Amino acid sequence: MSRLATNLRVVGTLGMRSVRQTFRRPQLMAPIVVFPTLLLAIQTGGAGSAVDLPGFPPVQSFLQFMLAGAMMQSVMLAGNSGGIALAVDIEMGFTDRLFAAPISRFTIVLGRLAGTAALGLFAALWFLAIGLIFGAEIEGGVLGALIAVALATAAAVSIGGVGSSIALRTGRASIVQGLFPLVFVVLFLSTAFFPEDLMVEPARTIAKYNPLSLVVEGIREPIITGVNAADVLWAALTIAGIMAVSLLLSARALRHRLATGG
Amino acid sequence: MRRQDIATIVALVDRAKNELLRVPGAAVPGVLAPTIFFLGLNGVFGSLTQLTGFTTDNYASFLVPVSILQGAGFTGAATGVNLARDIEGGWLDRLLVSPAPRWVLLTGLVISASLRAFIPATFVLAVAFLVGAHWPGLDGLLIAYAMAAVTAATAACYSSGLALHYKSQSAAPLMQAGMLALILATTAYAPLELMQSWLQDVARVNPMTLVVDAVRQGFVGEIAWEETWPGILALAGMLALFGALSLRAMRRIAM
Repeated sequence: MSRLATNLRVVGTLGMRSVRQTFRRPQLMAPIVVFPTLLLAIQTGGAGSAVDLPGFPPVQSFLQFMLAGAMMQSVMLAGNSGGIALAVDIEMGFTDRLFAAPISRFTIVLGRLAGTAALGLFAALWFLAIGLIFGAEIEGGVLGALIAVALATAAAVSIGGVGSSIALRTGRASIVQGLFPLVFVVLFLSTAFFPEDLMVEPARTIAKYNPLSLVVEGIREPIITGVNAADVLWAALTIAGIMAVSLLLSARALRHRLATGG
Repeated sequence: MRRQDIATIVALVDRAKNELLRVPGAAVPGVLAPTIFFLGLNGVFGSLTQLTGFTTDNYASFLVPVSILQGAGFTGAATGVNLARDIEGGWLDRLLVSPAPRWVLLTGLVISASLRAFIPATFVLAVAFLVGAHWPGLDGLLIAYAMAAVTAATAACYSSGLALHYKSQSAAPLMQAGMLALILATTAYAPLELMQSWLQDVARVNPMTLVVDAVRQGFVGEIAWEETWPGILALAGMLALFGALSLRAMRRIAM
């Protein structure tokens, strides 16, 4: 078997383990599905009249507008959960056993990220399904839905890379878990839940320069207006940038862990 | 109540206090989460006050009661998670073989949750005043603190019941999500008339709506007894219900 095929097999196996682990542990699954779904329901029900505000972009419903935010919240928490699970593996010594195995070390990280990608895909499909069931239309059609799902999945990998790099660097689940509040800070200070022009200062200005807003808009536009190449491109470039930085940080943290043993 | 029962309750409250002093980070999530939600939601949904029919022009004032109760709910839920950890670690088994009655063990947990609820409530209030929330008056402040303490006790009973049933920290999401749903499925984000009809129906039958309205009155207007007593009654009812269920679970748990 070629080296590439071996590595792909390792990534696939570790990715599958990661997905199973998440589905078996409610603590890891709840932030990805339960909390974002609950917040989506409460926010659309409670603040649904916001679509009547002057300046709110034309949308079919507030649920349609909020789907991208819910997806983003879910994939960010999926990335964070992946980091926590990797840190737990390090604490329990499982990662040490993988380091001793005759496999490429970086496949250990890629395996975890493959699992995070699968969870991101699941989350995107979950919220699309919820939107469709409760009457939200996807203005971009099948292509728009595919773009939204692809961007959300890629975003999960890029955020998962950040979680993995911190897990590898610190080796402590409690530290990665401590990033949970930060996820919400970044989300609230983006256009995930409301149009930028209607946000209150200083949140509006921060959201304007928050790269996450570009990702959210890339996912939202195909849902609320239709496919717009510029929005998709900006979102893809932002995700690629975050992914490149996070993978670089993960590689450095992995090298540091291998060199120092901790 | 015997003197030794009181001593046991005080010892259990002391133990919870020690955790706060020795592991300061343990209180951080309970304080951070409602504060981040308060600031975040205020920045995001602040312009909702422009809608016709909104009862105040200051969204921070409208939102702060929800964040205080959310902090109390999280604090109570954390008590359940800690109890589940104590069950997994065998600490509760040692308490169960002691001559202390089971209601005393539960009371210690519940009182410690009530006292801890003052930390997030104070932090959220301080932040809220900084961003321009209205001063609710001394009576409004008293109502807010009292209702936060009883909400934390109710949440502690609810989550302790789950911890005693599942005997695992895996039940933590159920504890947190349950309290979050109870507190947010109210007039949390907007007045009843501006909410979507399905959530209006839920909020109307959710007793926590009465509690939110009772805490909110001082921040958005004047304190009135007609707005206060339904909240007291609703909280008393929920505390009695979840208290009875958790006591039943505590009495049934096998050593």
